[in-house]
Amino acid sequence: MEAFEILLTASFWVAAIRIASPLIFATMGELVCERAGVLNLGIEGIMTAGAFAGWLTVYAGGDLWTGVAVAAMVGALFGLLHAALTVPLGLSQHVVGIGITLLATSLTYFTYRIVLPEVTSPPKIEPFQPLPIPLLSEIPLVGPALFNQTPLTYLAFIAVALTAWVLYRTPLGLAVRAAGENPAAVEAQGLSVTGIRMGAVMAGSALMAVGGAFLTMSAFNSFFFQMIAGRGWICIALVVFGSWRPGKALLGAVLFAAFDAYQVRLQQLTGGMVPYQIFLMMPYVLSILALVLVARRATYPKALMIPYQKGER
Amino acid sequence: MRLEAKPAPSLAATLAYPAGAVLVTLLSSSLLVLAAGASPFSVFALVAKGAAGSQFALLETLTRATPLIFTGLAVAVAFRAKLWNIGAEAQLYAGAVVTVVLGTGALPLPAPILIPVIMIAAMAAGALLLLGPALLKTRFGVDEVVTTLLLNFIVLLFVSMLLEGVLKDPMGLGWPQSQRVVADAQLPRLIQGKRLHLGFLIAILAAAIVWVVMKKTTLGYEMRAVGHNPEAARFAGIPVNSVLMKTALLSGGIAALAGFSEVAGLKGNLTLDLSPGYGYTGIVVAMLAMLNPLGVVASAIFVAAIFVGADAMSRTAGVPSYIAEVMVATALLTMVVAIMLMRFKVRWR
Amino acid sequence: MPDTTDSPIVLRLSGITKRFGTLVANDAISLELGKGEVVALLGENGAGKTTLMNILFGHYVADEGTVEAFDELLPAGDPRAALDAGIGMVHQHFTLADNMTVVENIALGTQSPWSLRFNRAAARKRIAQLSQDFGLAVDPDRPVSALSVGERQRVEILKALYRDARILILDEPTAVLTPPETEALFRTLKMLVGKGLSIIFISHKLGEVMAVSDRVLVLRGGRLVGERRTAETTRKELAALMVGQEVAAPSVAPAKRGEALLVLESVSTAPSASGSRLDQATLALHAGVITGLAGVSGNGQSALAALIAGTERPVSGTMRVAGEPVSGWSPRAALAQGIARIPEDRHAVGTIGDMSVTENVISERYRDRRFSRRGFIDWKAARAFAEELIRDYDVKCPSPEARIRLLSGGNMQKLILGRALDPDPVIILANQPTRGLDVGAVAYVHRRLLEARQKGAAVLLISEDLDEILALSDEVCVMFKGRISPPSPRGARSIQELGEMMAGQGLEAAA
Repeated sequence: MEAFEILLTASFWVAAIRIASPLIFATMGELVCERAGVLNLGIEGIMTAGAFAGWLTVYAGGDLWTGVAVAAMVGALFGLLHAALTVPLGLSQHVVGIGITLLATSLTYFTYRIVLPEVTSPPKIEPFQPLPIPLLSEIPLVGPALFNQTPLTYLAFIAVALTAWVLYRTPLGLAVRAAGENPAAVEAQGLSVTGIRMGAVMAGSALMAVGGAFLTMSAFNSFFFQMIAGRGWICIALVVFGSWRPGKALLGAVLFAAFDAYQVRLQQLTGGMVPYQIFLMMPYVLSILALVLVARRATYPKALMIPYQKGER
Repeated sequence: MRLEAKPAPSLAATLAYPAGAVLVTLLSSSLLVLAAGASPFSVFALVAKGAAGSQFALLETLTRATPLIFTGLAVAVAFRAKLWNIGAEAQLYAGAVVTVVLGTGALPLPAPILIPVIMIAAMAAGALLLLGPALLKTRFGVDEVVTTLLLNFIVLLFVSMLLEGVLKDPMGLGWPQSQRVVADAQLPRLIQGKRLHLGFLIAILAAAIVWVVMKKTTLGYEMRAVGHNPEAARFAGIPVNSVLMKTALLSGGIAALAGFSEVAGLKGNLTLDLSPGYGYTGIVVAMLAMLNPLGVVASAIFVAAIFVGADAMSRTAGVPSYIAEVMVATALLTMVVAIMLMRFKVRWR
Repeated sequence: MPDTTDSPIVLRLSGITKRFGTLVANDAISLELGKGEVVALLGENGAGKTTLMNILFGHYVADEGTVEAFDELLPAGDPRAALDAGIGMVHQHFTLADNMTVVENIALGTQSPWSLRFNRAAARKRIAQLSQDFGLAVDPDRPVSALSVGERQRVEILKALYRDARILILDEPTAVLTPPETEALFRTLKMLVGKGLSIIFISHKLGEVMAVSDRVLVLRGGRLVGERRTAETTRKELAALMVGQEVAAPSVAPAKRGEALLVLESVSTAPSASGSRLDQATLALHAGVITGLAGVSGNGQSALAALIAGTERPVSGTMRVAGEPVSGWSPRAALAQGIARIPEDRHAVGTIGDMSVTENVISERYRDRRFSRRGFIDWKAARAFAEELIRDYDVKCPSPEARIRLLSGGNMQKLILGRALDPDPVIILANQPTRGLDVGAVAYVHRRLLEARQKGAAVLLISEDLDEILALSDEVCVMFKGRISPPSPRGARSIQELGEMMAGQGLEAAA
């Protein structure tokens, strides 16, 4: 019974939404890339770089929002590198993505050592604080979970709405979705497939980086090595789980985060009877199960991972 | 901009393109060295000295290259068939766990029997670990990149659980580490008193065997066909799914040997930091070698040299040893560009 | 070239030359198009028609030459400039995004990419107006994936009209249409011309060219070899121009009809990804007989080919090979039964582009004792076999070690043919065996197929080219919606009758 009551506590849902926030950003980022036809396996490294860049900006005296902007810019730069190699040059998106992850991660660690040569424990910054929204945050259960979070969490939800709006309601979004489905259709209408895909990868990578920055600037208050811990790969699974739709992907991220928050509490409840590693494994196992569940009937963008050359049909 | 296929390059060109990639890598990492406030020339000199400047340095480089040859081969085999095995790290640990389970006294056998038995068992564990993602790929269409990546985390947590549970060394002062393997399960050192061990020779032998398999056998032919064009391969009567399964078994098995050789040859026991990412670095090793099994040996030694050299350099020059990781990642990206330029002509109009 | 038009010139191509490696796809081609004129660009597959139009539309950049539309020079390699100049193109393979609706596809790229809202209402209204004006009915809110082929083509034409195209290029527009749909298309074209548009109609079908055009330009081997006013020429003359000599139908000895080697009895297959399937299809292939399968593409031909090739299995009905019902059907089983397969798509299915000629020619037989022992491939034997095929089938290639990707389509096809015919097959599946080949290669392929028939093989010839089918086949079947008509012997049915059957008439009852 105790195990069930967890679900009715506000603190559980607050934690769930907090855990979901970075995943939401990064999932939207990956979704935008894939909708344009590019699988971005640089996500894990780009999140690492974003987490560090945002944190470092604030540590160096910058304002929190400047930190978010710097993280986004760093993400977009790695996105540019990824796109330059995979879109006009048509290189393997698998290999380049892994390469970007290795590069972004190692560059981050290298820079960390250069900037902070002598530290033993990671220095802290003053992170984003919860910003209760008047009245709404008073609603029981839902209030604290959704309306007493940091501004960056609100931004995550705004990012979903924005992604959905752009993809489905604007001419630009039409072009992005067409580029991921049939690039020849885009070229025949006088648009540049290369331009659209590169733009989408850069924008998506910026979102991923902000997702990473959430960890150092909102969830925690310092940067440490290996802090992304596979969240990027989980987001790739979430995109598939969400059938490449922003709303469904959001739902997936929240469900996933709720499960994650739940296992932490369950772990405390069982008091060490079950090894804690079993609980820590759950998110990864869950991601694989989610993939198996939906993979068969997933309607993925038809041109995903297929490079395009002008005039090709 | 257009890409046009061009005829096979001459041997000189085949070597010139990778050399160009390495050059670009060196130039771009020079910028980082400058940013760290050191002179690139002296830093690279220190790296070279640290990697090959003495007998000790050379042997250390070869020792470090050993697991990279295994993981590089595992990746090369899998990527040939376009089975994107990013899980060599997990397979390495699977091999290491089996080595510890069987090598700490469970099997009272003499060394000449015990070591092969452990090797085979370790390979089986790694092979089975990759069979799962391969089955999910062929049966359910689940992308193996994501599943193998996620398995890395799962397996590492599993190892952590074992090291704090059933495999924990009671004499280990509370550290999460296993007992040491018995003497009969250890790979002999190649030179008395040095760290280089028999695992290195096994790795070279493995590379030779993989080369023969890829070049001379029907299985190697099938794997290449499936990798280049699965649809055409299927049409020609090549059993694509079964080839992918065999590829997975081979690749996972070879990756597991990295864990076996590190435990039985070098470390003696299993800890959570057995591999500083050898599985991931194996991807770079394989790509640098253009997936050629014999090239893997050379590129593994090259990559190991960068790591060993950078470690030595960072102790004296103050440039963080992470420069090695940056260089290796850069080399991967420049290399894929070089391979492309080797096969296609870029026309700007 | 005589200027035979009296209306103002809207489009002028001057000296267009385009090379792909050593192949000259277009050799100094010049042409002019007048207002309200329909010019047909006639030529065999591979004559350079599509390349020329891709240059005009900016998909490719010409090595030499210029394009002027309405007396303005078009910048090279810029589809947007072509669109803005009033040129619209209906590609042979439709350029539509299946995940979007009709209105989204049509309006794609017409509104500022930076506007915050896609103005769907305005686009819908304009499409409704155009549909009405030109009699092109489509529901603007349906997803493209739900449309029929004919409807998709209407959407493509609407795309051009939506952008105020004054010049419309149609690349093989009838390849995927049924005869009634073709008729409807021709009516639409008449109406467009009536409203002042100019049309370039690309085709290799003489009848259509005669029916629809004012003027015909004939391309052969990348060169412009003739220009005629349609009213002043004949099919025969055009045919001669197109192929470069009098078309002599291959002389065919009478068939020695043997026993049925492959029999389908009410066989159905599961729908493939492209929707192609067999629906209780019945067919018998006899020894010593070429059976031609006519039909508009997309009526189950690929499913039939996949079934015989072994990549597809029946879900109901019986398939017999050499009298025995098949079980565990697979490509390997098909090969073991002596079925030679010439696939429709030689690049994606027939060959592995990045592997060598040697590696490609053994792909179906590498397990034979001739090429491997105990799991080890005998590369010497393989190479010798490749050299043998290169010699016997007159293949031009730098060496057996060259990547097959570097070969021309005709040489690639000859290798596929050699690989398939070398083991003396008893059944031959030839799916679009001459598509995209030059005249010489076509004649070569035909000769080899006829030779195999003389040796007693049962041949199934699937082709979109009715002329090819009529020239080679001893028996003709028509395919419609997954069903196959009973065979009619050579000459028993007129082209008109076959055309009606391809549109489904009389077939439902027959099947």
